[in-house]
Order: sequence, then structure tokens, then C-alpha cells
Amino acid sequence: MQENKKELQVAAIENGTVIDHIPADKLFSVVSILKLAEMPNNITIGFNLDSKKIGKKGIIKIAGKYFEEEELDKISLVAPHAHINIIKDYKIIEKKSINMPHELVGIVKCNNPKCITNNEPMKTRFTLIDEEQGILKCHYCEKEQNKEDVVIL
Amino acid sequence: MANRSLVAIEEYSKEKILYMLEMAKEFEKCPNRKILDSKIVATLFFEPSTRTRLSFETAANRLGAKVIGFTDPKVTSSTKGESLKDTIMMVSNYADVIVMRHYLEGAARYASEIAPVPIVNAGDGANQHPSQTMLDLYSIYKTQGTLENLNIYMVGDLKYGRTVHSLLMAMRHFNPTFHFVAPDELKMPDEYKLYCRKNGIRYEEHRDFNEDVIADADIIYMTRVQRERFTDLMEYEKVKNVYILHEQMLHKTKETMKILHPLPRVNEIAYDVDNSPKAYYFQQAKNGLYARQAIICDVLGITLDEVRNNK
Repeated sequence: MQENKKELQVAAIENGTVIDHIPADKLFSVVSILKLAEMPNNITIGFNLDSKKIGKKGIIKIAGKYFEEEELDKISLVAPHAHINIIKDYKIIEKKSINMPHELVGIVKCNNPKCITNNEPMKTRFTLIDEEQGILKCHYCEKEQNKEDVVIL
Repeated sequence: MANRSLVAIEEYSKEKILYMLEMAKEFEKCPNRKILDSKIVATLFFEPSTRTRLSFETAANRLGAKVIGFTDPKVTSSTKGESLKDTIMMVSNYADVIVMRHYLEGAARYASEIAPVPIVNAGDGANQHPSQTMLDLYSIYKTQGTLENLNIYMVGDLKYGRTVHSLLMAMRHFNPTFHFVAPDELKMPDEYKLYCRKNGIRYEEHRDFNEDVIADADIIYMTRVQRERFTDLMEYEKVKNVYILHEQMLHKTKETMKILHPLPRVNEIAYDVDNSPKAYYFQQAKNGLYARQAIICDVLGITLDEVRNNK
């Protein structure tokens, strides 16, 4: 990691998970999707950091927390190219990439105003029907929509 | 008990469709059977639909069930802000099956996931209306003797017409050839043409509607071209009289050809067609009764054999 070569923009953690290379404008979506605000863990968030790859990036370091893969896959909608590093004793012991999950529950809002999910206190549910094109289908109203067009809850 | 709800027609396999048609046939032979003597059927119409409601309630009554429900949401707690979930949970305490019509899409799916009793979708917004598709299939089956290898002409509003889309998907099992007859503004959407190609279904598109175009038809499925569907009213004025079926257009058609329409019609079938033996839309509506008797029995776990043994 280049972070070792120069001063780190965000302090290192001893154990936990680092989510790096989040597009800066999606950082807070990731925070909300992973429900970080509700966690008791020590969390460091870097916002608008310089990145050679993507211009401005966000980074999140969560001490003492290892996520299930399904949890991390939820951020694929907003940050499909984020890097996940698993840290033990200040060292990266594992790198993970993010996969688009087959089913998204309670993550995105349906674009159809006449969909029951927009009119009833309930969780939305989408199935990924075309991974390449990023097409999601609402489990309830059955409308197909592009992942670029849906709003994150 | 597994959830036996009927929310969408795609849930039915080919075998299940044929099985349901057999059951409808039994009810046509003898519609009055007290199979549901001790049952209560709730009909919840969050949006008025007199035709569908009367058909379902007649079906329930002819099966000997009692019917409760509402025909207009204005008189229910929905207007006080009660959620769909609460209404469904409350009614589930009383009824053995809930038939529901809702203006929101996905309402029936959601109800089927939370209700302890089976749900029959009697239409959810522009989404699904499976009992209409079953009566369409039954009408085709009954008049043609089969569902296989038929030439089916769909005419009118193929863009927004929910009934034609559902019928198209349900017919995929039976090797049909479709002819889509519509003005440009109301053409069959690409996703359904793609669906046809994926499923190996042949189709042709026509802009003209005349006696030569329809000469090969086994079924002509008419729909209403609605003014409010047009963004360009000039366009509407141009096409509004093109997609009307007249009696003199039927001379070249097959003896066995039948004309279907989900009703209500406005002017898309001229009244002179009504006297033709090829006009079938009123009997089609009647077939809805038998198809719905079969659906109500099936979601309650009553089998074809049980229906046959109960004369």
C-alpha cells in the first residue's frame, strides 16, 4: 500500500476493517448503508482525500469489526470498486472485493411512485436480474430499473 | 400450510394452467356446489371494480361461501390512515381467503407475504390481474379445443394493456403465433418482444387493421384505444377509427375464429359484430365465473378430484 510510504492521511488501526477508494460523494451513503452511526466501535472517516485513481476519495476505518460478506456487498450499488482490507496487528491480512448481491433488501427505493413500497411502512426488495447492465427488478411492483437511477434509502 | 396465494400468472406452470382449466370446466358443468359451505371469502376492493367484484362474489356464493368485504375504500379505515398490513391482518382474523383489488402495484404480493390466509390478486394497479388471464385462457381453450399452435391477434392498445401482456406470457407454453396490431404510439413494448424472442414465440407486427390482416386468426383479442394514453392528440384523432372491428371485416376469417375483449368496450367493436357467432366477449365474461371458482378452491387447497367428487 502506498499509505506505508508516506504519512497516512488517516491513522492506522490495529485490528478491523478498512474500506478504501470510496468515491467521495458516496462516502456518506456507505456510512448509512453499513449503519456505522449505530456502532459502538472506534471509527475513523476520511473525506475528500486525494486519490490518484479517483480524484477525491473517502476512506473508513472501523476498529475491531469484521463484516460478513453479505453486509459489505450491500455497498456495491454506490461503491462497486471500493477496496476492503482486513487488518490484524496493523497488517493487511486479507483483501476483498465487492460483489453485487443477488437480492437487495431495504437498501434502495423503488422509482415507481405507485409501488406499494413507497406507500406502506415496509422494506423494499429488489432482485438483480442483469448484472452486466445493472438492472434491478422490484419484487413487489415488478418494475425493472437501472441501478444508476435508484435512490439509496 | 404453504402459501397458496395467487398473485401473478407467471407462478402457474403449464401443467398448473391446464389443471386449472379442467377445474373451471367442472364448474361450468355444474356451477352450484356447496364445497365452501363453512368458509368465508373476503373481497377487499381498495379501488372500485364492479365487474371483477361481482364475478368473484358470484363465484364465492355459488360455492356456498359467505362473502364479507368492502367495495369502496372510502368507507374503510384506509381513509383514516390505516396501513394495508393492518387491514389485511384484521380481515385475516375473520376470513378464510382474501380476494383483493388495490390501486398500488405490488400490494397483493405484499399482502400474500404477511397474511396467514391465502390472497387472490384481483388486480394491483397496472401490474397483475391473473384471474383475467385465466378466464382469457379458458375462453380460448373452450372455443378452440386446445391452447396449442394458435394464431392470436392482439389489437389496439398493446403498450399499456395489462391483459395482453399477461396473456402473452401465459401463452408461452403453447407455441402460439402472435400478431400485434397497433398504432405506433401504442405498439407492443420492446421488453415483450424480447420476451417472445427469448421464448421462441413467433410474432408479426401490423399497423393496418383490415380483413386481409386478420384472415388467418384463430383468436382476435380486442382492446380499447384510450384517448388519455396519447401524448399527441393529433395522433389519436388519426388512429381512433382505425382499430375498430366491423362485421364486414369478418368474412375472410375462419369459421372457428372467436373475438375476445376484456370489457368494457367503448367503440372498438362495432355493435353489428355482436350478432356474429364469432363474437365471444360476453361468454368470455361468463367464463370468468368458472375460472374464479377454480381459483378460490385452489388457494383453499381443494383439489380437482375433490371438486369432481362433489356433485
